[in-house]
Amino acid sequence: MSTEALQKNRQDLDHVVIRFVGDSGDGMQLTGTQFSTSAALLGNDIATFPNYPSEIRAPQGSLYGVSGFQVNIGATEINTPGDDLDLLVAMNPAALKMNIKDLKPGQMILVDSDAFSRTNLQKAKYESNPLEDGSLSNYNVVAVSMTKLTREALKDTGLDSKSMSRSKNMFALGMLYWLYSKDPKHTEAFLQKKFKNKPQIVDANMKALKAGYYFADTLELMPTHFVINAAKKEKGTYRIIMGNQATAWGLMAAAQKSGLELFLGSYPITPATDILHELVKWRHLNVTTFQAEDEIAGISSSIGASFAGKLAATSTSGPGLALKGEALGLAVMLEIPLVVVNVQRGGPSTGMPTKTEQADLMQAMYGRNGESPLIIIAAKSPADSYDMAFMAAKLSLEHMTPVILLTDGYIGNGSEPWRIKKLDEMPEITHRRVTEFQENFHPYVRDEKTLARPWAIPGTPGLEHVIGGLEKDKVDGHVSQDPINHEEMVKLRADKVRKVKEYIPALETEFDQEGDLLVVGWGGTYGSLKTTVRKYKEQNPDAKVGLAHFSYINPLPHGVTDTFSKYKHIIVPELNAGQFADLLRMTYPQFKYNKYDKIQGLPIGSEELIKEFNKILKAK
Amino acid sequence: MTTNIKYTFKDFASDQDVRWCPGCDDYVILRSIQKALPEVGRKKEDIVFISGIGCSSRFPYYMDNYGMHSIHGRAAAIATGTKLANPDLSVWVTSGDGDSMAIGGNHFIHALRRNINLNYILFNNEIYGLTKGQFSPTSLLGQKTKSSPYGNAQTPFNPGELAIGAQGKFFARAAGNDAKLQVELYKEADKHRGTALVEILQNCVIFNDGAYSNISDKNVKADAQLVVEHGKPMIFGKEKNKGIVLNGMKLKVVSIGENGVKESDILVHDAHEPDPSLHLALINMKEPVVMGLIRAVKDKTLIDREIEITEYAKKISPIKSFEELLFSGETYEIG
Repeated sequence: MSTEALQKNRQDLDHVVIRFVGDSGDGMQLTGTQFSTSAALLGNDIATFPNYPSEIRAPQGSLYGVSGFQVNIGATEINTPGDDLDLLVAMNPAALKMNIKDLKPGQMILVDSDAFSRTNLQKAKYESNPLEDGSLSNYNVVAVSMTKLTREALKDTGLDSKSMSRSKNMFALGMLYWLYSKDPKHTEAFLQKKFKNKPQIVDANMKALKAGYYFADTLELMPTHFVINAAKKEKGTYRIIMGNQATAWGLMAAAQKSGLELFLGSYPITPATDILHELVKWRHLNVTTFQAEDEIAGISSSIGASFAGKLAATSTSGPGLALKGEALGLAVMLEIPLVVVNVQRGGPSTGMPTKTEQADLMQAMYGRNGESPLIIIAAKSPADSYDMAFMAAKLSLEHMTPVILLTDGYIGNGSEPWRIKKLDEMPEITHRRVTEFQENFHPYVRDEKTLARPWAIPGTPGLEHVIGGLEKDKVDGHVSQDPINHEEMVKLRADKVRKVKEYIPALETEFDQEGDLLVVGWGGTYGSLKTTVRKYKEQNPDAKVGLAHFSYINPLPHGVTDTFSKYKHIIVPELNAGQFADLLRMTYPQFKYNKYDKIQGLPIGSEELIKEFNKILKAK
Repeated sequence: MTTNIKYTFKDFASDQDVRWCPGCDDYVILRSIQKALPEVGRKKEDIVFISGIGCSSRFPYYMDNYGMHSIHGRAAAIATGTKLANPDLSVWVTSGDGDSMAIGGNHFIHALRRNINLNYILFNNEIYGLTKGQFSPTSLLGQKTKSSPYGNAQTPFNPGELAIGAQGKFFARAAGNDAKLQVELYKEADKHRGTALVEILQNCVIFNDGAYSNISDKNVKADAQLVVEHGKPMIFGKEKNKGIVLNGMKLKVVSIGENGVKESDILVHDAHEPDPSLHLALINMKEPVVMGLIRAVKDKTLIDREIEITEYAKKISPIKSFEELLFSGETYEIG
């Protein structure tokens, strides 16, 4: 491509939020991934989020068949895929209709005008063509005859017209590369690799890509193009990673680091299944995966594998965690290591499987019979899932208790650049496996500091023992229904979890370390909260606002009272009806917590939250 | 792993008091297992007993091996994880009719289907014992229990029939009071590579006493039971003069020496035949009830197949280590 084309009418941007939308079959995920990967390779910070319909192959052109991919590209730190859009790329009327509400006024809509046929307009329930009836006058509409132009560009390829039309997403991508001054060479290389046995397809897609690029260059409707400079990021080797993939890799890293083999027992459930998909690929790297007959067998097989000495995990989402409840109680009672990953989604019941929510916090805390506390931690971003999955395994192995790792659909399916962390950068894991014969071995004699019991596994001579779900004697581990012993054991198991506080990092605060307002969050809302606080402080330079984001939920880390005491107000924004605020109120009742709850299956947007900050700070 | 250590049954008995009701067939099962294990030649630390909930599920406490007394119905799923995690272990499930076929029905059929080389002892007493006497999935139609005071309305499962339907490759049956046959069958189960289901017709002396008396009582058993052996004719009866022939599609009891029936007319048992038709007919026979090793068909186990797939993955995957995985695909440098 000519560098000359890249020179004219440049305008620098800090960041830009783009959403690609079209029919499920329009290749929007591919287009979005290509664009964001190219941007990342050129040094931008990015965050992406795919948005699929829950229908697998919805009728073409229908409102419920719209598939989307959003990317936020920045020259500065990017923490979320963005709220409001700067550019909407819509491949048909249905896609336009479903997404126009998220576009900022005055911003650009790029559409394939050929798709605005009467049939498609009807399917999208438009009474008149929005490209012609003036209803889009608040926006900068760039209507391009993409289908026709693509076919024209490909007329010598020998493909039929339907196959030619399939490349129109590459035409759109080419236009975008021009618009944001990105070199399309990454996509060219990608196409050559992906279709290496189909030269005709490579040729067609390359032609469409170039046609789109040059078309944008000569189009008067797009007089300017934008530049997003490279972001300043920590030095190192990066890759783009999805949350669920990072979770899977974090578990693998923990297995490698601890010298154990990984076992995942799991049952398919949206949006957690990608963890199973990822791990099943690496079976030759000491990973055993087992797709079980149901959620209960998923966790049960993991309990069996943990008993046999594997680092065992099970992955699920809310309804699956409900099914696993009894077995999770067994793991608490057995006191064996087990990682349960819950990629939360909208509930209750089947709820909104493809939408995000944080409403399983109380289920994680209390969703079992009897007194059965366990460790609960949460990942705050796609890349952070690697560290937190690793920590879940570490804490589980070192403290001999199940750990629930809470992520959610938003970060599980979202992706961002990740500085690759090799094993030597990860903390040591000291598991409690006993491999040598010991005189008078008792499986429930505890470590004085952590209260963790030893982990003697089948195959070890002389340490034969039976563990089970019945209450057991605190010394010899035999079944005991003694009342005092039971109370002591309940307290011991609780103390063991409580003592984990000494082994996790203290609460940290970002932005102002004291002042007017402390924003308190946990888990997947981190990006939204950080973006909002940063924006708020830009708008209100005098406001003293801090952000305390919790990665550790049970036990809560050190430093909470100190931190909370330093601010006049506290707000706890969550994607549920205020579960974490309630938990904090129970534990630290001396503080007043303002709740901000959003339960729409969507992340928290900056504008809505800034209004809440103002309500608190500017109320007289 | 095999061993040359000479164990006796005492080596497999734990120091815990056995707490089943006096006279329960569970004692016979326990003793038979403890007798069978010294003969299978495995180290005791490599043997694991996993159970769910119910009278049968107290079993692991009485064995001096590794064990887990888990939760209701899940023993098969837990044992599957243990076996997958360490295929060198000999993993035994002890379970009852309620535990296996009601609450744990799903895990039960999948353990059979997957052929995962578990040894599964099913204590079938046709009643819920630990909850004190409700009908189970194997209780007879019309059976009066605490939860069916006017008679049971639910059609029972025949565990062997269910096992065949679930692709089971090994099925054996013994009366709860027949220690000798049980010892043999437990050894066969251990030897068999695949999920081996042994059904024990176990008498519950408290809540369903006498359920099998017309089959297992000393004075009737010779005529009421046919104990099959692979390669031998299906002959039974006090006088050893009764046998089984195939009459059309059905099995028929005949008397040798009557109506011109000769010993050579009697069916010879083939436990290794993959086609389950005849095994199913034997399983469903009521008079006599068929005991012994009814079906033992060789097939790959789940673990055999998993290992093959892992070898294949190892061969074709360009990524040979976790480190390589981290840096695979598209990466880029900053700084």
